[in-house]
Amino acid sequence: MKYLSEFRDPEVVEHYLEELHKVATRPWTIMEICGGQTHSLVKNGLLNLLPKQITMVHGPGCPVCVTPLNLIDKAVYLAEEKGVILCSFGDMIRVPGSSRSLLEAKANGADVRILYSPLEAVKIAQEHPHRQVVFFAVGFETTAPANALSVLHARRLGLTNYSILASHVLVPPAMEAVINDGEAQIQGFLAAGHVCTIMGLEEYEPIVQKYHIPMVVTGFEPVDLLQGILMTVKQLENGEAKLENQYSRVVKANGNPEARKVIEQVFEVSDREWRGIGNIPLSGWEVNASLAEFDANRKFSISIAKASECADCIAGQVLKGIKKPFECSQFGKGCTPITPLGAPMVSSEGACAAYYHFAEADVV
Amino acid sequence: MPQLDFDVITLGHGSGGILTNQLLESGVFDLLKNPLLDEHHDGAMFEWSGRTAFSTDSYVISPIFFPGGNIGELAVNGTVNDLAMCGAVPKYLSLSFILEEGLTMKEFWELLVSIRRAAEKAGVSIVTGDTKVVERGKGDKIFINTSGLGNIHPQAHISTKNVRAGDKIIVSGSIATHGIAIMSVREGLEFETTLTSDSAPLNHTVKALLDEFGTDIHLLKDPTRGGVASVLNEVARDSRLGVNLFQQPIPILEEVRGACELLGLDPLYVANEGVFMAFVPAEKAEEIVQKLRTLEYGQDAAIIGDVTTEHPKQVVLHSRIGGKRVVNMLVGEQLPRIC
Repeated sequence: MKYLSEFRDPEVVEHYLEELHKVATRPWTIMEICGGQTHSLVKNGLLNLLPKQITMVHGPGCPVCVTPLNLIDKAVYLAEEKGVILCSFGDMIRVPGSSRSLLEAKANGADVRILYSPLEAVKIAQEHPHRQVVFFAVGFETTAPANALSVLHARRLGLTNYSILASHVLVPPAMEAVINDGEAQIQGFLAAGHVCTIMGLEEYEPIVQKYHIPMVVTGFEPVDLLQGILMTVKQLENGEAKLENQYSRVVKANGNPEARKVIEQVFEVSDREWRGIGNIPLSGWEVNASLAEFDANRKFSISIAKASECADCIAGQVLKGIKKPFECSQFGKGCTPITPLGAPMVSSEGACAAYYHFAEADVV
Repeated sequence: MPQLDFDVITLGHGSGGILTNQLLESGVFDLLKNPLLDEHHDGAMFEWSGRTAFSTDSYVISPIFFPGGNIGELAVNGTVNDLAMCGAVPKYLSLSFILEEGLTMKEFWELLVSIRRAAEKAGVSIVTGDTKVVERGKGDKIFINTSGLGNIHPQAHISTKNVRAGDKIIVSGSIATHGIAIMSVREGLEFETTLTSDSAPLNHTVKALLDEFGTDIHLLKDPTRGGVASVLNEVARDSRLGVNLFQQPIPILEEVRGACELLGLDPLYVANEGVFMAFVPAEKAEEIVQKLRTLEYGQDAAIIGDVTTEHPKQVVLHSRIGGKRVVNMLVGEQLPRIC
């Protein structure tokens, strides 16, 4: 498959591993930001092939994992109490809310639908003019353009029964939160390739300068990841801190201006609570006031109690790279993908699920 | 299609009264005709002896018509294949319908014709059946149950207990095709593809293998729901042995691989209908693969793994790039991911 097979080529992988072994002379701690990168590292068995000096810690870039409990409860409430057709991406529906997940709400009779695209939800709204349709708009900068487009599309069609429950989060503020937290002692970052496809590189240069930390925008295939790690380690070994782009076949310096235009029309920056991490100022997007009728938060009166997280779950420490999933007392025991205590055990991008599904027995 | 006074199924067609009779006499009996069914009795009556396999399965697939097949054909092939996996030669099937009020006669007739064709191809007779109708909204157009009987091949001895460390694992054809073909027509996920389901009766292929290799076929499994990964996990668990799975030789159509990448699905967990897996002694494996490649539905056969005393009860995938990972049982349904 063009653009995929060459990035999974065993000989190229071998070459980069040899280079890494040659270049890495001291211990380095590198965080990969995106859950997709975590997933690929574990799925392809790369963690066991890296030189011992290199420790990869897994970042907060799993949108499902950081969506606050409160918002899941809101989605469940809308589906159960307001009788809306609640549309969602697949991996969101298994994440436990404070009393139940959307999947359980569906089993209890709520109309919950799994979609691949928010535009499908607009189509459902057109087909069901007498019912309210809400799309659970979760994600980082990557999914924001499509979610924003669905709002503009619904407005163009004159729909009054479509809205989104937005839970958009932004990578740069989260990176700064992880650095400032300090506990994880991150020395370099693999920045999230697909986020930069939309946003470009501009936002990252100031972080690199301010904290003097190497950063490489990296893709998701084995060769991408190894190349990204190699570029980061080279900088670290040379005492440099630069912003580099490994994923240049996809990421352009100015990102995707058209997509950003759509985002700007629909969203505005706001403070956002991150599940497991807490409130991060100016780290999210919400629907701007001029489009209030497409914002499920404003459109429906939602009365739910403030919920508290499961006390045994260390998701926050996992998401900040302080602990590995298997350092949790509940990992694989009280907490499994069938009975998840926290979101990282549910999402296919979650670090806990990645370790549970794919890690080798001797690693776990 | 016969000339009928009705063009949709109504509750009356399941009442057991005049309408039920009209429906059956209008052509259903003729279509599925055989001496045992022709008795029109409460059940089929026949002589039977020897080692026997008996299996049942229910079919609830949606949509009922999909690229490359339909629920009727699937209901015959599915039970035929379950019997074949026991090393049996399928002979008789039962056929029960739960119809939803409002199903069109045209659709029902099309399914019946497919059922007949599938039964002919597999060489089985439908000897007894039942039809119930439920109110609109209480079903999903049509649910089908089939049960089947067959004599076990005299040379066959199929059991998980026969699986030995060192056995090679063969897959008879490209994996994940059925699941992806269905996915391509599901509401909300439609994408354009020329893929068609691989639904097929595997009994003739299996019989040819048993004729030649007999007890060297240690175990047969068809990786339907849950896919190849689930079958291998079941075998590892039940045999208390480990399974090595090699990514490189696993046959998969390029289009299926691409769709799995796009949808974020792991083909190892995607359902198959016309594929089986065989556990065989290492020294016979190559010969068995060569034979399979000469048989219908076996052209893409390949050795994809082996059984080991290492890592008991675990399936370990050896990735193309030399990494290793555990392949677990599927949790719930495979769900599309966000990004």
